[in-house]
Amino acid sequence: MFLSVSSTTSAENQKFIICIIRLVMQHIVIIGNGISGITTARHIRKKSDHRITVISAETDHFYSRTALMYIYMGHMKYEHTKPYEDWFWTKNRIELKRAYVNKVDTGAKTLSFADGSSMVYDKLVIATGSKSNKFGWPGQDLKAVQGLYNYQDLESMEKYTKGISRAVIVGGGLVGIEMAEMLLSRNIPVTFLVRESSFWNNVLPEGESEMINRHIREHHVDLKLSTGLKEILSDDNGRARAVLTDQGEEIACQFVGLTAGVSPNIGFLEGSGIETNRGVLVDPYLETSIKDVFSAGDCAEFRETNGERKSLEQVWYTGRMMGEALAETICKKPTKYDPGHWFNSAKFFDIEYQTYGWVWPKPKDNENDFYWEHESGKICLRIRWNKETDQLLGVNNFGFRLRHHAFDKWFKDGRTVQYALEHLKDANFDPELFKKHEESIVAQFNAENGTNISVKKKSWQRILQLVSN
Amino acid sequence: MSSVDPSLSIANPDPKDTDAIQKLGLALAGLGVLVLFLSWGGVGIPAAIGLPVALLGILIGTTIYSARLYLNQPEGIKNNGVYFKSLTNRGALGWVTGIVLTGFYIILYWFPEYIGFKASGNEGFVALFDPLSMFFKGQPASQWFLYGTLYTLCITSLGIKFLFKYRHNRYQFIRTLVVIASQLFLAYLIPEILAGLNYNDVTNTSGEYLGYFNTDLKNTWPLDYDFFYDWQLDAFQEPSYQPIGTLYLIVGIAMFLLVTPVITYYVGKRWYCSWVCGCGGLAETAGDPFRHLSSKKLGAWKLERWLIHSVMIFVFVMTAATIYGYFWNTGEVFGLNIYKNFQQPYGFLIGATFSGVIGVGFYPMLGNRVWCRFGCPMAGYMGIIQRFKSRFRITTNGGQCISCGNCSTYCEQGIDVRAYAQKGQNIVRASCVGCGVCSAVCPRGVLNLENGPEEGRIDLPAIIIGNESIKVAD
Repeated sequence: MFLSVSSTTSAENQKFIICIIRLVMQHIVIIGNGISGITTARHIRKKSDHRITVISAETDHFYSRTALMYIYMGHMKYEHTKPYEDWFWTKNRIELKRAYVNKVDTGAKTLSFADGSSMVYDKLVIATGSKSNKFGWPGQDLKAVQGLYNYQDLESMEKYTKGISRAVIVGGGLVGIEMAEMLLSRNIPVTFLVRESSFWNNVLPEGESEMINRHIREHHVDLKLSTGLKEILSDDNGRARAVLTDQGEEIACQFVGLTAGVSPNIGFLEGSGIETNRGVLVDPYLETSIKDVFSAGDCAEFRETNGERKSLEQVWYTGRMMGEALAETICKKPTKYDPGHWFNSAKFFDIEYQTYGWVWPKPKDNENDFYWEHESGKICLRIRWNKETDQLLGVNNFGFRLRHHAFDKWFKDGRTVQYALEHLKDANFDPELFKKHEESIVAQFNAENGTNISVKKKSWQRILQLVSN
Repeated sequence: MSSVDPSLSIANPDPKDTDAIQKLGLALAGLGVLVLFLSWGGVGIPAAIGLPVALLGILIGTTIYSARLYLNQPEGIKNNGVYFKSLTNRGALGWVTGIVLTGFYIILYWFPEYIGFKASGNEGFVALFDPLSMFFKGQPASQWFLYGTLYTLCITSLGIKFLFKYRHNRYQFIRTLVVIASQLFLAYLIPEILAGLNYNDVTNTSGEYLGYFNTDLKNTWPLDYDFFYDWQLDAFQEPSYQPIGTLYLIVGIAMFLLVTPVITYYVGKRWYCSWVCGCGGLAETAGDPFRHLSSKKLGAWKLERWLIHSVMIFVFVMTAATIYGYFWNTGEVFGLNIYKNFQQPYGFLIGATFSGVIGVGFYPMLGNRVWCRFGCPMAGYMGIIQRFKSRFRITTNGGQCISCGNCSTYCEQGIDVRAYAQKGQNIVRASCVGCGVCSAVCPRGVLNLENGPEEGRIDLPAIIIGNESIKVAD
C-alpha cells in the first residue's frame, strides 16, 4: 500500500486516512483485455494504487492478437501468445473478470453483465476493439464463413477447416494474406479474391504491391485480382459450399474467410448515452461525451483527426500508445494522445515490411518518389521526400530491416533525403553477415536524381545519439 | 550422438509433402540407421560394408531428404506444425526418442559392454567401427570412438539440414558452416589424425600405455573438467608427444584465461556456445527441432541461476583440489580424498549424468539446451562476462514489437525475449548463446544481435519511441 497506517496512529486519524484512501483509490474498470485495455491497466498500476478491473468476454488473460495465426500454423500454442505469466495479474493487483457487458449505465456508473450481475465503476475505459466487416453479402452468415479477429474466430477456423479441399478468402489486406498463409500451412489450397487491381494497393504503391502479388503466387495461392464476392452458396446443412464472384465464376470451397477490414465492436453501448459514430467518439484526451468514460484502441474514433492520421486507428501500436496516454490522464494530468511519427510493420508470407513516416500509394503533388528493388524481386525500398525542401517524408522497406530510432529521429530533426541516404548504414537493422544494399540503392538514386551522395560507414557514435532521444 | 533414427527429427508426418526423391532420401538414412541397430543387436554384418552403408547412408540420405524438402518451398521460416508433431511436441515419438537417447547414454557411460565394447575384442555395435578406427590410428574402436563418430555424423548431417532450412539467413548459414567445421576438424579429424601419428593415446612397442590428453582444441576447461587431472597433465608432458602435448597444454590454459574473456568481451559468449562448442553444435543441429521446449517461466530462470553457478563453483573447487593434489602429490586436501570427494562425484553427477544423460537424452522433453542453460560451467563463466562486461546485446528495434511471442518461444535458452522487446529494451542476458533464432523468427524485424559500445547497452527506455504523448521529463 502507498500509505501505511502505523499502530501508533489514533483511531480518529486512522479513520481519516482510510477516508482519504477511498477518495484517492478509485475503481477503474476497463472493458476489453487487448493491447489497449491492458496497456492502460498496466500503466495505471505503475502510476497509482487505484483498484483496476479488466473485463473480457474473449479470454481469461491478455494474449497477443497479432499471434493468432501462429497458433493455427503450429508455431506456438495459445499459452505462448500471453505476454505475461498468469501470476502477473494478481501480483500487480489487476483484477480480471471474464464476463460480457450487456449494458452501460453511465448515470449510475454501473455495468450490467450477461449473467445478470453488475459492477460499479468510478472511471470506465472502453477498449473493446473490432469485429470483422460483413458487407451484406448473401450467405455471409452461413457456417464456415468468418473473419479472423478474436480467439473464438480461431477456434471456429480450426473447426471448419478440418479436412477441407479448398478455401476462399475475400479481401486483400493484412488479415487476408495472413489467413492464406495459415491455410497453406495446413496444405489447404486457397483462392484469394482481391477487389483491387493489385494486392493492398489502396495502401501500397505499385512496386511493393506487385512484389507481394508475385510472392503470393509463388506460394501457389490462386490470386484473383479485380475480383469481388457476389454471393456465398450454401449446402443442405447451412454450410458454405461455394462462392460466386462478381466475374460470374463459381468456386467450390468449404471455408470462406471474410477479411475486408474491421469495424469498432461497440454494439453493447447502444442506449448508454455515450456518443458514437463508427466508433466511440473521443476527444484528444480519449474522453467520450460522458465524463469519466474513456475509450482507446480500435474502437475509439477521434472527433478531430490528428495530421494525416485516420479518425479510426486500427493498429496494434496505436492501441498501445493510446493506453499509455490514457493512463497518464487517469492518474496524473489530462494528457493528449500524441503519437509521434507514423510507423507500422507486417509480414507477407516470407517478406517482412516496415514503414516509417508517410508513404501514400501515389506520391502527392509536393512529393518526390524513389523506388529501388533488388534483383531477387523480394527486397525493395521506397522513399518519399518534399520536392522543395528535400525533407524526408517516409520510407517503405520490404525484405530488409530498418532502425526505428533512425527514422524517428531524422523526421524529428527534419533531415533531408540526402542525409538519410548518406547515413543509411546507420539505419540498417539486418542481422550481421547479411548482404548490404546501401551502395546499390544510393547508386541508383544518384543516377536518377543527378546527385552525388556517397554512403558513410556505419557509426555507433551516431547510432547512440539516435537511441538516446 | 545416438543410435536413434536421426530421420525421426526431420520426418514430416504429412505424407502429402513427401515426394519420391524425399522418400529415397529417407529410405537411405533409414537403411543406415537400421544397420546401426542390427549390428547393435548382434547381427553379423561385415563392418567393411556395414559401416560405410550406415555412415554414408545417413549423411547422404539426410542431405537428399532435407534438400528436397526445403528447396521445394520458398525460403523463409519453417516452423509450420512444430506444435502438432508428436516428436516436437512431447508426444509419443518424443518420449520414445528421449528414452532411447537416455538409454544410449546410460549404456555408453556405465555399461559399454552392452554396445559391444570388450577388451578381449569388440563385438556388435562397437566392432562395426573397428575398420574406421584402425584406419585412423591402427587400434580397434572404443565406445568413445563410436560416440565421437556418430556425434560428428549427427552434427554434419543435421547441420546440412539446418543449412537448407535457414538458407535465407546468412547469419545462420555461416554460423552453421562453422559449427560443422569445428566439430568435423577440431573435435574429430585432427584428434584422430594426431593419435594416428602417435602424438596421443599411444601404447608403445613394449606394451606400455603412454597416456591420453584432450586434443579437441576448443573443448576448454571448465567444460572440459578433467583438463588438470594428473593423468592428463602427465600426458601433456609425455616426451614422445612433444611438441604437440605442450602446445595443447599452453593453448588450453590460454583458452580459458585469455582467449575466452577477450573474445567474449567483444562478441559475447556466442562465439563459443553457438559457433564452435561441441555441446552447442549438437544442440544447434540435431537439437534444433526441440529448441522451443525450453521453459520460459520466471521460476525456470531462478532455478537456472542457482544451478549453473553451483556447478561452476563445484568445478572450481574440484579443480583447485585437483591442482593442489597434483603439485603437492598428496591425493588429499584437508584430509579428504581428492578422487573420491571431488573428481568422482563431479564426473558422475555433472560430467556424465547432467551433460550427457540429461543434457542430450532429455532434448525432446526439456529442449536442446538443458545442459548449456542449467549446467555448463563454461557457459556460466562466459555468462558473467557477457552480462557485466561485454559489447554484445540483442538490440530491440524501437517500438516495432507486437508481443507475438515467437522470439521467446523459439529461444532455446528459455529467455523471455519478448518481455524485453515489448518494453523497447535491449536484451542483455548471461544465458544468451547468440544463436540468432529470435531475430530470425521475429516477423516485424525487431531483434538484432549486435556488438557495440557498452554505453546505454542495457538502458530501459522511459517510454517506447513513437509516442509523444508522455514526456520523459514528467
